[in-house]
Amino acid sequence: MKLYSRRILTNRIGIALSMIAMAFGLAALMWILWTLFSNGFAALSWDFFTQDTPAPGSEGGGLRNAIVGSLMIIGVTTLVSTPIGILAGIYLAEFGATSRFAATTRFVTDIMLSAPSIVVGLFVYALVVATLGGFSGWSGSLALSLIAIPVVVRTTENMLLLVPTALREAAFAVGAPRWQVSLKVTLRAVKAGVVTGVLLAIARITGETAPLLFTALNNQFFSTDMSQPMGNLPVVIYQFAMSPYDNWVSLAWGGALLIALLVLAINIIARVLFRKKSTA
Amino acid sequence: MSELATPAPVDVHARQVRKFKLQDMLFHQVTLLFAFIVLAALAGILVSLAIEAMPALKQFGAAFLWSNVWNVPEERFGALSAIYGTVVTSVIALIIAVPVSFGIALFLTETCPVWLRRPLGTAIELLAGVPSIIYGIWGLFVFAPLFAEHVQPTLQAFFDGVPVIGGWFAGPPIGIGILTAGIVLSLMVIPFVASVMRDVFETVPPPLKESAYGVGCTTWEVVVNVVLPYTRVGVIGGIMLGLGRALGETMAVTFVIGNANRIVGSLFAPGTSIAATLANEFGEADPGLHISSLFALGLVLFIITFVVLAISRWLIQRGVAKQGK
Repeated sequence: MKLYSRRILTNRIGIALSMIAMAFGLAALMWILWTLFSNGFAALSWDFFTQDTPAPGSEGGGLRNAIVGSLMIIGVTTLVSTPIGILAGIYLAEFGATSRFAATTRFVTDIMLSAPSIVVGLFVYALVVATLGGFSGWSGSLALSLIAIPVVVRTTENMLLLVPTALREAAFAVGAPRWQVSLKVTLRAVKAGVVTGVLLAIARITGETAPLLFTALNNQFFSTDMSQPMGNLPVVIYQFAMSPYDNWVSLAWGGALLIALLVLAINIIARVLFRKKSTA
Repeated sequence: MSELATPAPVDVHARQVRKFKLQDMLFHQVTLLFAFIVLAALAGILVSLAIEAMPALKQFGAAFLWSNVWNVPEERFGALSAIYGTVVTSVIALIIAVPVSFGIALFLTETCPVWLRRPLGTAIELLAGVPSIIYGIWGLFVFAPLFAEHVQPTLQAFFDGVPVIGGWFAGPPIGIGILTAGIVLSLMVIPFVASVMRDVFETVPPPLKESAYGVGCTTWEVVVNVVLPYTRVGVIGGIMLGLGRALGETMAVTFVIGNANRIVGSLFAPGTSIAATLANEFGEADPGLHISSLFALGLVLFIITFVVLAISRWLIQRGVAKQGK
């Protein structure tokens, strides 16, 4: 009986600890989100979206230039990384079942998925910024592409591998060439999954700060010229949060809230899209 | 496809087949090219970092790794303080994150009511997507002041005079420092590690668990004696994945670590990590040895995380592959 009650006690303690861990995890994360929301919403106003980042010491100001810059950099990144990622994913799924080259590429993309993003920034700095002389929006997009591509590659490949072989064989049987089978049958069958991958990639790069520090840098003024340093939300948040000015810090919270909302929204859309497709 | 329905002369067919063959070859080559670009990017990172780091590595030799000087005016650089900060913050992060993640995974797979599993699991996954800069500014503005005011003095009073441990908590309680960075980092990696652990826990075949419950095991005993041994490899892989993330994290750390290039025994003292040093100094670094040393730091970080992530991937795959057997 003594052993029995000791086992029950151990079990109760273990389960209680796991519940405390769950509560601790959720509470900490809710705390972070709550401070983000309360400080962030306080910063949002009409000026926030219509004015540019303020000069040191001046009042007010907004993040218009940074929001536009971020959207442009992310847009270009998406346009660049989507085709590259999908085609590389098709290669891995359709031609890469046995080849050693494909296995290596798969390994490398898996590593790149979690590789330190600041190192990617260093790489683009050495490759583009130092050689072509100057920070630019383009180099920012290039750095973000290197982070987005692995996400697209891996989801595309995983999705394509879910397509039943019978579907492929049916297409081959009516005489379709391989490229048509890939592009018009299998890729189309997993369209939702591939779109999910692209969305997840966008969500991933939206908040990336480190790779932009040495590539897009920042620009205090409104600019749509991608060949010049470009304002962008993450770097503005980084610089403003560290600053001694109250209005800068407040803008940093607002920018952080904007990014967090965007990332959460994209993640939720991606989930809904994928679930609808996979349960249908 | 319509031309397939109507019979066509043989040479048209042959031409069509040739055309398809050519297109297929082209398609194969094009997709191969893009896969190659992806592969080349990683090799490119490694090579370009090595090239840029060369002047510093030539100047300081292998001693760069264990020399504890970071003197910009005198152009003498060593990576030890940054490596120390990177490793210590990541270890602190794992010490906190691993048990908490284990608890979360245990709760989600064993004791959580079924209707709650999905929403809670999704919440954890969504939180893994929150950009790390948000953890950073939260740490700087909310956590660090509270930590300095309430937690640090308590820890100091509690461990005052205790040998070794007392030293960890010595020094002025200013809020920012190595310990704070480690704690913020732990909150950032908990969602990652917890998601992986939950996924590998779910690979345990139900009959295995049911037979353990059948002979009268408690939930705790099932998890410790059946689930954990079965998923050991995958769990370690998940922990390594969290470690890889923690080592290379820039923003969650830079805000709260204090950015001081020195090694102090106290965990309350400001320090630096490789990523934080890069974020702080790279923009204003002078061309020459300084910038080259920063590239060398980047190379060190890249190699460390590469090894950790490679091990993690290998372990997770082994853990998941077992599912099929």
